[in-house]
Amino acid sequence: MSIPFRKSRRHFLRVSAAVGGGLAIQLTVRAPALAQTAASRKASGPELTAWIIVNPDNSVLIRVARSEMGQGSSTGLPMLVAEELECDWSKVRTEFVSTSEQVRRNRPWGSMATGGSRSIRDSQEYLRQAGAAAREMLIAAAAQRWKVPGSECDAENGVITHMPSQRKVRFGQVAQAASKLEPPRDVKLKDPKEWNLIGKYAHRLDIPDKVRGKPLFGIDVQLPGMAYAAIAQCPVFRGKLATVAGERIKGMRGLIRVVQLEDAVAVVADNWWRANRMLKLLPIEWDTGANGGASTESIREFVRFGLEDSGVPVARNDGNVETAFAQAAKLVEAEYFAPFLNHAAMEPMNCTALVKGDRVEVWAPTQNAEATHAAAAATAGVPIENVEVHLTHLGGGFGRRGFQDYTRQAVAIAKAVEGRPVKLLWSREEDMQHDYYRPMTLMRFKAALDSSGKLTAWRVRDASHSIMAGVRPQEIKEGVDRHALGGIVDMPYEVPNLKIEFAMRNSHVPVGFMRTVFHSQNPFMRESFVDEMAFAAGRDPYEFRRAMLQKRPRDLGVLDAAAKSSGWGSPLPAGVHRGIAVQDSHGSYAAAVFEVSVSSDGELDIRRVVVAVDPGYVVNPDSAEAQVQSCVAYGLTSVLWGEITLKEGRVEQSNFHDYRIMRLAEMPKRIEAVLVPSGGFWGGMGETPLAPLAPALCNAIFAATGKRIRSLPLKNQGLRLA
Amino acid sequence: MIELTVNGRKHSVDVEPEMPLLWVLRDVLDVKGPKFGCGIAQCGACTVHLNGEPVRSCSVPVSAAAGQKVLTIEGLAQRGQLHPVQRAWIDHEVPQCGYCQSGQIMSAVALLGKNRNPSDQDIDAAMTNICRCGTYARIRTAIHAAAKTLKSTKA
Repeated sequence: MSIPFRKSRRHFLRVSAAVGGGLAIQLTVRAPALAQTAASRKASGPELTAWIIVNPDNSVLIRVARSEMGQGSSTGLPMLVAEELECDWSKVRTEFVSTSEQVRRNRPWGSMATGGSRSIRDSQEYLRQAGAAAREMLIAAAAQRWKVPGSECDAENGVITHMPSQRKVRFGQVAQAASKLEPPRDVKLKDPKEWNLIGKYAHRLDIPDKVRGKPLFGIDVQLPGMAYAAIAQCPVFRGKLATVAGERIKGMRGLIRVVQLEDAVAVVADNWWRANRMLKLLPIEWDTGANGGASTESIREFVRFGLEDSGVPVARNDGNVETAFAQAAKLVEAEYFAPFLNHAAMEPMNCTALVKGDRVEVWAPTQNAEATHAAAAATAGVPIENVEVHLTHLGGGFGRRGFQDYTRQAVAIAKAVEGRPVKLLWSREEDMQHDYYRPMTLMRFKAALDSSGKLTAWRVRDASHSIMAGVRPQEIKEGVDRHALGGIVDMPYEVPNLKIEFAMRNSHVPVGFMRTVFHSQNPFMRESFVDEMAFAAGRDPYEFRRAMLQKRPRDLGVLDAAAKSSGWGSPLPAGVHRGIAVQDSHGSYAAAVFEVSVSSDGELDIRRVVVAVDPGYVVNPDSAEAQVQSCVAYGLTSVLWGEITLKEGRVEQSNFHDYRIMRLAEMPKRIEAVLVPSGGFWGGMGETPLAPLAPALCNAIFAATGKRIRSLPLKNQGLRLA
Repeated sequence: MIELTVNGRKHSVDVEPEMPLLWVLRDVLDVKGPKFGCGIAQCGACTVHLNGEPVRSCSVPVSAAAGQKVLTIEGLAQRGQLHPVQRAWIDHEVPQCGYCQSGQIMSAVALLGKNRNPSDQDIDAAMTNICRCGTYARIRTAIHAAAKTLKSTKA
């Protein structure tokens, strides 16, 4: 089974051969890609803009620059192009962009980064413009053929019609002529009322291959002569490799090489199982450095010191909280905690690399193929023109695969066995113990209520790890990381006196973006505390929020939608209680209502979950609903069980037996996705629905038990799933 | 040499008898449908059928499969026709990232092989594979739908 290189790839090879390279020409490669590659295209037509190829058989190839990790963007993004192109959607095929072409052609496809729920919202405009430009080129070519004005022609479903004469021509018949025309600079995009595809149910293009078990993923890459690498990394972060007794496995079956990296050892063998088995036999000594004694408790104390510290930077200071506190009828105070979490994508980190001379070829499940490209070039020490990254499907990403650590390792190992492709695959244990974890965060709140129960002042002290400190330190201004304060510094509520302080507390544990990022722990704290305030004020928690959101119609809109859909305020069966929360994030708005019952011995029954989301526009409603369901499973896993702990500087959890993931039987049976797109803006969909889940659940638990949850996960609070 | 039949084809493999079936399938026979997720029979991404029974191939030594019939996702379709479970998975748009789905489908096929009309409780008990994308609600719906299809085609 062999899928030839796609057109752009062949083109790249021709170019590189001309400069004396020609890497991989001799390989017959079966590389995962979307199934519709050059092999399944009958004939290859011309490009109309960098995004679109129209074939003589009227089929259309649309290029996808963002990674597919389950969120559905490899269908949603082409829908945006096709909406304006007016092609026949049933004949649309896709392929991922080539990074070498991206470099050679000076980035015609824009960003390839796939994170922050940005794929659709950041690229929708230029994708629709590309579709519209190509349509205008096709119409102009048809009009030239008929010698009529273009204004008399219309395009629909892959066919151009000259309206007065009703003559028709298919896109494929005029594509060559159209490709010779200059793309129009200004194209008018359709009014949303005219959309035929956007907002309508569409089958996902990637699903048929996925149910056939096709080799789509990074782990599935198979190359002739390929070797396999297993890796052991220093169990204490920031530690180094001291020594490894490689002779222990000398002469063992399948061994190709032991490769020493600065902080890791890799065994390269003729299959992965042998590599991993030999790796486990290797006596390795680590230099664990200064962090070998750290524990969860010591790190928590270190972070928590930020709550006590004096002279912490102020991120926002409206009015005067101290004066308001002095005049308060009632004060409310509380402290919250959220632990480290692991992403736990189902496909463990992996990357396949081939280094040959001054050329590098990489196959990677990555959330940012351009960053992978740059990391491969830097690791191999070659110019970026000499690199190609083949983007595969991702077996989950959740933010983890935006980091390039596993790519750098794969290229370094491939360099050590130059000329031979190597697939590096991490064991689950390595994946669990070498993540960029969701940051441990603590917050302390103090609020003042007046005699009518109105919130008059709120002080927030946030003590947290900072992701930006590691990835974009220039974004930290005067000690304040506004990214870490997401949902806090920009809270939607009207608060007359508001002070927000930020204490950056970075331990040795690497932290990173994990689905919904700081909006997965900050709303838990903020919205639980809003509930505390409402309770102290003797007010209904929904009405209490409404009163403070009067100038925020979209937040109010989703809050009302969730309340209405769940029947907020209507009677419930005995023992069943509701909780509510609202949180905007990633350009969209979400609110959730949970219905729960809790037995006297802590058995939690989640009876109903209602999530209302306003992402502005919904591209594929079925994918949007799937993202709500996905956020419920991902979010509840974290709330119920999620916790990464450390002892002697290293992560204690190692696999799914001690890092529990929700299974089918545990999924709430009643999940209602209420999509309320209000139009006029483009928001994200993959993360926002998760934000209000933890607080809505914990607020329902409070309503049921009177016990306020201020620390996660719930398993440590005497609660377990029914 | 260990002999085994995979998707109806006989193979002889020269490997250690303790090598897990998963790695023989993936790295020796180039059958990539079964996936590696945990290596300790927790997640089920590696689920295949051994003589019709679902097993977690990461934890089955290849010697235990010697002389026996192994069915993977690649062998489910018959003469180009997808299995009703695969069909239902498409109709109900089950997969998201898709990584766990070949294991999910093999578990569902095994369940329906034994139980033509599974209740929600039967599905809860049989479907213990982890899906990190949270496709569980659709898996449940698709299994019920496939059960209906199987009933109408057998009747």
